[in-house]
Amino acid sequence: MEGIKEFINAICRPAPFLVLAIVALGLFLALYRKLTKPAAAAVLGGGFTLFFLLSCLDPNFQKIVAKADNVPIVMMMFAIGYFLWLSFRQAALNDAAIEAGQPLREAGSDDKVLVWPDLVYSEFISLILFTAFLTVWAIVLRAPLEQPADPNVAPNPAKAPWYFLGLQEMLVYFDPWLAGVLLPGLIIVGLVAIPYIDTNPRGNGYYTFKERRFAITMFLAGFVILWVVLIIFGTFLRGPNWNFFGPYEYWDMHKPMALLNTEFHDLFWTGLLGRALPTEGRGPIPAYLIREAPGIALLGAYFILGPLILRVLFFRKLAAKMGLIRYSVMVMLLLVMLLMPIKMVLRWTINLHYIVGITEWSLNV
Amino acid sequence: MSVGSWIREGQIWGSIFRHGVPRDRRTRAMAVLSNVFLHLHPVAVRKSGIRLSFTWCMGGLTFFLFLVEIVTGVLLMFYYRPTVEYAYFDIQGLRAHVTLGLLRELHRWGAHAMIITIWLHMLRVFLTGSYKPPREFNWSVGVILLVLTLLLSFTGYLLPWDQLAMWAITVGSNMARATPFLGNEGPGAAFIQIGGVPLVHAGDDARFGLLAGTFVGPNALLRFYVLHCVFIPIVVTVLLAVHFWRVRKDGGISGPL
Ligand code: HEM
Repeated sequence: MEGIKEFINAICRPAPFLVLAIVALGLFLALYRKLTKPAAAAVLGGGFTLFFLLSCLDPNFQKIVAKADNVPIVMMMFAIGYFLWLSFRQAALNDAAIEAGQPLREAGSDDKVLVWPDLVYSEFISLILFTAFLTVWAIVLRAPLEQPADPNVAPNPAKAPWYFLGLQEMLVYFDPWLAGVLLPGLIIVGLVAIPYIDTNPRGNGYYTFKERRFAITMFLAGFVILWVVLIIFGTFLRGPNWNFFGPYEYWDMHKPMALLNTEFHDLFWTGLLGRALPTEGRGPIPAYLIREAPGIALLGAYFILGPLILRVLFFRKLAAKMGLIRYSVMVMLLLVMLLMPIKMVLRWTINLHYIVGITEWSLNV
Repeated sequence: MSVGSWIREGQIWGSIFRHGVPRDRRTRAMAVLSNVFLHLHPVAVRKSGIRLSFTWCMGGLTFFLFLVEIVTGVLLMFYYRPTVEYAYFDIQGLRAHVTLGLLRELHRWGAHAMIITIWLHMLRVFLTGSYKPPREFNWSVGVILLVLTLLLSFTGYLLPWDQLAMWAITVGSNMARATPFLGNEGPGAAFIQIGGVPLVHAGDDARFGLLAGTFVGPNALLRFYVLHCVFIPIVVTVLLAVHFWRVRKDGGISGPL
């Protein structure tokens, strides 16, 4: 038993956890027709539930999932699992129907029913059931109220509200101007842009995966992995000092943390060229810009050559269909999104701190 | 004549509901058309659109939770004063002395639930491709609603004025310090200066604007209270009107063409 717990604690570390989540999503998307069959889904859902319930026997696990404010996150986990199943099940049925030349599940768009009673009644029933659910929840679980606010006593860990914990997790890898300002801003811009950059006319108004593989995969990568999984991670697996703690591990205030960071400029100047960091400016160019030039060039190449390479390798047809502006916006958003896992992997593997570190301007990436 | 039909055929009933009992097509259509609340709906809808497995009723539940928040929120306002002296103890008193003290629970769990349902609503709209023409604009309206819902929740988080509240908001609002150009620790802020005198510092940057101070104190509490109880709800209400109106104008719940 302890051995199993140790093992699970170990695979819940940031790197394996994220890799496992990505693999799980990938498998789900690759095998969605098989995995959403009721029997398979029941085994998966039941298995996870059983695992979760058994885990609740562990005092450390129980302490963190039963915390009043964390209960909604547990609900969200199950809800998102269920609704992903529900939608991909319908997508699988529709995709099979399309292949067989049969009508979609949502077909018959001319069959109209009256709002009173058909819609009004089902709205009313949903409303009653949900009220009952919310009332029971409110009776069973008290809203938390801790000690009065005290600006001199900071709790450890100090966590943002749960729905922002994905962003707080990003703070491990990026400076606040990125994790707290630019990335959230780009998430909003990116969401608003979706309808204008997705020019695929198919899959409008019905569940399908086959006809929209790229769009759906990207959206789920963002929503499920980079948003929801990171929230779950930040809530359940980050403890004092924002240190990692396995699900069955005690939140020890004094867990030591390894802090050995590598800067990209050190890798380049010292590691690659075997020289000291440049300390002299050249004419109007200050020394720190010369020091960071390799990092700037690398990022520049990522955002300038990236779109071109992607276009040649993968997006030839897509780019032609989308036109220059749409393609550029789409690929920029995609590259920003990919920068997150890239930076995470660089941190885990070579402990990279900043790619570009112009600390003189607080401009660090 | 039964009591029921006596009431339903009397003048009072007839003056409120200007149609007979909704039994046939005409009166059922009238039931929707002549009611300001129900006429958010069209008279008839596509059969596939109202199947629970299609919409999951998630937009509807989000709206319902918004209403729950308004009702419980107004009741909470009767008991709560947004000042550092009273805020915490008002909440404590509410929990100890008020009959049916479930208010706060309903309000807090309702808010959490609303965030989950709005995400699920977005997921369903995405997976059914319902943001595609002609519904692009309504998706954008939805994204703004999503942002506002998160802000509603964020501003409300501070109001109990306990440790959880203060420090969660401290962590969150510290980000504003790093806003490019506008935050005093943000990239580029050092360039905003006149004759060598920097213009952006802790006393006037983006974070200061958010908190009305350099720390989470009484001004921040008041500011968050007003945003939470008045300003954001009004904006959300207006945008919801646009959102629902557009659902109808864009041809109702989406379906295969
Ligand atoms: C306060 C938040 C919101 C409320 C109360 C709300 C409510 C609703 C309702 C009641 C519907 C009718 C169909 C349904 O129930 O699914 C709807 C449709 C729609 N919503 Fe929302 N919504 C909200 C936020 C959002 C968000 C965040 C998005 C997307 C980012 C969005 C995009 C849409 C679109 C595109 C439709 C049309 C869907 C179709 O025709 O199938 N809404 N909304």
